[in-house]
Order: sequence, then structure tokens, then C-alpha cells
Amino acid sequence: MVQAVLVMLAVAFIAFTMFNFVGDPVAIMAGQDLPAEQRVELRKTLGLDDPTPVRFARFVANAAQGQFGLSYRTTEPVGRMILDRLPATLELSLIAVLVALVIGIPMGVFSGLYPHHWISRAMMTVSLIGISLPTFLIGILLILIFAVMLGWLPSFGRGDTVKIGFWTTGFLTVSGWKAIILPSITLGLFQMTLIMRLVRSEMLEVLRTDYIKFARARGLTNRAVHFGHALKNTLVPVITITGLQLGSIIAFAIITETVFSWPGVGLLFLQSVQAVDIPVMAAYLVLIGLLFVLINLIVDVLYFVVDPRLRSQGAKAGAK
Amino acid sequence: MMLPFARVVEFWRQTTDSDLFWSFKRSKLVMVSAVITVLFFIMAFGAPYLAPHNPFDLASLELSDAFKPPAWEEGGEMKYLLGTDDQGRDLLSTIMYGSRISLVVGFLSVIFAMVLGIGLGLIAGYVGGPVDGLIMRIADVQLSFPAILIALLVDGVSRGILGEARHSDIAEAVLVVAIGLSYWVQYARTVRGSVLVEKNKEYVQAARVIGLPGPLIALRHVLPNVMGPVLVIATINLALAIITEATLSFLGVGLPPTEPSLGTLIRIGNDFLFSGEWWITIFPGVVLAALVLSVNLLGDWLRDALNPKLR
Repeated sequence: MVQAVLVMLAVAFIAFTMFNFVGDPVAIMAGQDLPAEQRVELRKTLGLDDPTPVRFARFVANAAQGQFGLSYRTTEPVGRMILDRLPATLELSLIAVLVALVIGIPMGVFSGLYPHHWISRAMMTVSLIGISLPTFLIGILLILIFAVMLGWLPSFGRGDTVKIGFWTTGFLTVSGWKAIILPSITLGLFQMTLIMRLVRSEMLEVLRTDYIKFARARGLTNRAVHFGHALKNTLVPVITITGLQLGSIIAFAIITETVFSWPGVGLLFLQSVQAVDIPVMAAYLVLIGLLFVLINLIVDVLYFVVDPRLRSQGAKAGAK
Repeated sequence: MMLPFARVVEFWRQTTDSDLFWSFKRSKLVMVSAVITVLFFIMAFGAPYLAPHNPFDLASLELSDAFKPPAWEEGGEMKYLLGTDDQGRDLLSTIMYGSRISLVVGFLSVIFAMVLGIGLGLIAGYVGGPVDGLIMRIADVQLSFPAILIALLVDGVSRGILGEARHSDIAEAVLVVAIGLSYWVQYARTVRGSVLVEKNKEYVQAARVIGLPGPLIALRHVLPNVMGPVLVIATINLALAIITEATLSFLGVGLPPTEPSLGTLIRIGNDFLFSGEWWITIFPGVVLAALVLSVNLLGDWLRDALNPKLR
């Protein structure tokens, strides 16, 4: 927990430093015609004349309330802009993770059980290519095949969305589902190969252990041995990696969103980098930091749920 | 005294006798990827002599030649084997020059990350104490952020500091710094770990006893002994650096279209995907994929071959 707070403070500090030393917001916002007195006035209203610690404290306080000031590029409130686009990114990431897990784990289990089967070899080769191909190239190839040549799926946007409160979802319309297929495959492919390789090597390791031999000796069916005993024990590293990768999925969404013009936070961030829109960049950085800290916490909690050994150790440590 | 010729023979014999060469000979895949990598280097660095056209010579460009398909398609010309892009540049030549830029940026950023990482790792491991704590905390925080995000941030910040015009003048240097800054952690951690082990060995104590200054011991005596794993990381990171550069250029924050790397070429071609000019994107894409794949395979092999546990 202390680490989490420290990480967040460090991230906030970097974001704050960016605010301070990169460019002059007044010069960027005001344009060239503004008279000098009004510039001074603007500096005062923006609070740029206060001492640095005061401004850092104010920055953190504002950030905690989700307020990052106005975008230099569009002069909209940054918090609003991000909140508007967050659902698109989160839905995309969620589906991508599901794709990676639902396809990756069975593939890993199969190639772990039958490492010499030709299907396993084919899957390993494909996964190597999947790791080597840059994300954007996969996206372009998918667009070329499924959108340009076959014309089955749309290549950009989210399709029709439905608004539920502040959350806009594409899950309730056919065109929304169609639109999410290609981006989520693009985004999930790398994680899928990673999970497949991980499950495979873990399965190979677990299948050699004594308790698997014992389970077989007890006359359990293959099914029970493979899924009840072997797979269950491979899940701890899978959860760790998936958790850690969830963060990089959200970061890699920058690329996928650009390829597919997906109206999410990543695209917003990229536009901000190109336009040197520091408030948006800073807010995105803080948001990603927050997500990472949250994900790490959730992963730690999940360990205890999945692995009973950790639970008993924790209880012992607590008793002392 | 050995004759030069005998020396060459001796060197060749030593090389072919080594474990490394033995494991190299055993895998066809590795040999193929080594050949492809070497071909890439020849193609990329020989571009000024080998390329059929000079895509940077604006006088030789003809806009009427724009969007020519590859030679085997209808409307293609032998003059432009892989077709031309939107400005009438020969695609094969642009790809050759582009891979040169990609490789140069990749190499430089790996070297930058390596020097930075080794330096900080040495300091952290050798000095220890609060310095070690500080460097490793920074590394931990950075490790939890994906490299591409850090590279984008560095690029955005430098854009803000330098201004748009000057930024694109030194885009290559900015990219090297951005990619280097996002990959130093791995080196620092590896070096620090090895230094902690090496520090307590007798040769370091001996060096200390004869009164050598600390920095000298760290650089001259400890460093050579921790270089093995570092070189393996460097090979694997070369592929990563090339991908990162291509990604940044594709996203439009890397190299400008006047100085196209493979990523920039793919970005240019992406705009014409729907109007049927698929070759502008696909050929640079295939080249990029082949380059990264073969470097990756070489890196994997090097890691296994140098790992004493797997021998």
C-alpha cells in the first residue's frame, strides 16, 4: 500500500513537472495578439505565479478530484474529455483480454498436453510470428483482409453506441459488436500468444510433478487430471501475467485505437502528444498510474483467492 | 610470430571449434535467420550503391509515376520492381533506405539504453546503500509502465521543449533518446544483480587491497565479467527497439515523411489502403516483420546458447 501511494506521488510529480517546464501555457492558450496586461491577468487566474510546493499541492488536490484544468488544444475540461472516451477504451481492453484468455488458455493447454502434435508445433510457430509482428501491422493486415478485400467488418469507429448515464456502450448494438471484433483481436493477439506460451510451459512443468502421477494412479479420468489438477495449478502465473499485461493492453490500445480510429483515451493521448497538449498528457499519465496501482492490488487479492497455500501462510503470519 | 594467413586459419579454427558455432550449426532456423539478418545489413547499408533509384533526389521524382503497382501487376513497370508510392518514389529503394534508418535508430537506441543501464546498474550495485535504493525504485516505477508509453511521453515533452520545427530536424536523436530511456531498466537490473555477486569475489578484494580507486575497479574489472547477459539482452532489445521505432513513426510521432523509416512508409501507405494501393503498406510491413523475426530468432538462440544451464 505504501508502495502504491509512493508510485502515485511519483507519477503525479512527473506529470506536474511536465506542466511546469514544458512550454508556457499562457503563450499556447492566448495566441500572439493578447496584450501584456491580459497575459499577466491570465497568469494570475491560472495560478501560475504561486510558489512551486503550493502549486504541486494544488495539482495533487485537483487531480484527486479528477480536475486537470483545460485542454490547450480544445479548451475543454480535461477530466470531461477523458471521462467521455474512457468507456470506449475500457470496453476494447476488456474484450481484448477475454479474447486472449478464451483462446490462449485452451491453446496453451492443448500444446502442453501434446507438445509433439503437429497442431501444437503450428501454434508455436504462429505464436512466434505473433510476438514478432508489431501491433499496428497486425491491425493493418486485418483491415486489408476483412474490411478492404472481404468487406465483412468495419475498419474504423465504434459503430452505433447506446448511452447509459455517462457510460456509452457499443455492446447493445449489432454494429457496435461488429466494430469491436477487429480492434479487439489486434489488441489481444500479443497477449494471447504470451498466455498460450505461459500456460504451455507451466502445463509441461506441472504434468511432471508427483501429485499428477498420483492423481493418475488413483484412476482419475484424464479430464479430471488435466483440468482439475494440472490447469488449476498453472493459473497463478497466468493471473499475474494477465494482470500485469492489462496495463500494457491499455497502453497498447494507443496503437490499436489509432489504426482503427477508435474514439478512446489512447487516441486522445496520441493527438495530445502531437499537439503538445500537456494537461491531457499529464491526466492520462496519472490515470494510467492509477490503473496500474489498482490492477496490482487486485492481482494481489486474487492470489489469495486462487492459491490456498498463500492463504494459510498469510493466516500464520497474521497470527504471529 | 605467425604469418597473417596462418593467423586467419587459426582464428577460423577457434571459431568453428567453439560451443557457440556448434549450436549455431545445429539449427537450420538460426542459420536462415542469420543469413536474412546479414542480407538486411548489406541491403540497408549498401542502399546508396545497390538501390535502383535515389528516393531523396527530388529532381529524379516524377509525379506521373506515382501509385505504380508492382512490376508483375497490370500497369507495373520493370523500372519500379515493387511499385511506387504517392510521390512517385520507387518503393524498393525507399524500403532499402528506410531499413537503413530503422536499423541505425534501433542500434543507437540500444547502445544508449545499454550505456545508461550499465552505468546506473554499476553505480547501484557497486555503491549500494541509499543510491542503490533510489535507482532501483526509479527502475521499479518505470518498469510498471509500458515502454511505448514512456517513449511517447519523452517524444511529446521534447516536442514541447524544442518546438515543432526543431523537433523534426533532430527527430532521429529524439527517437534514440526516447526509446533508450524506455528500455534501460532491464540492463540496470541485470548489471546490478551480477555486480552484487562479483563484488564479493577475491579479485575485486585484491584490486581494492592494492588501492585502486572504486570507479576504476567497477569499470575495468567488474564490468567485463557482467557483460555476457547484457549482450543477450541487447540482441533481444534490438528487435524491440526496431518495433518501437516503427510504431512511433507509424503513429506519426517518429521520423517525418521526408526521412522515412519503415514505420513512416507503412503510415504513408495506410492512407491508401482503401483505394487499392495495398503495396505501399504491405511491402514495408513484410520487410519489417522479416527483419524483426530474424533478429528475434537470433536473440533467442544466443540466449539459449550462452545459458550454461541449457547446455
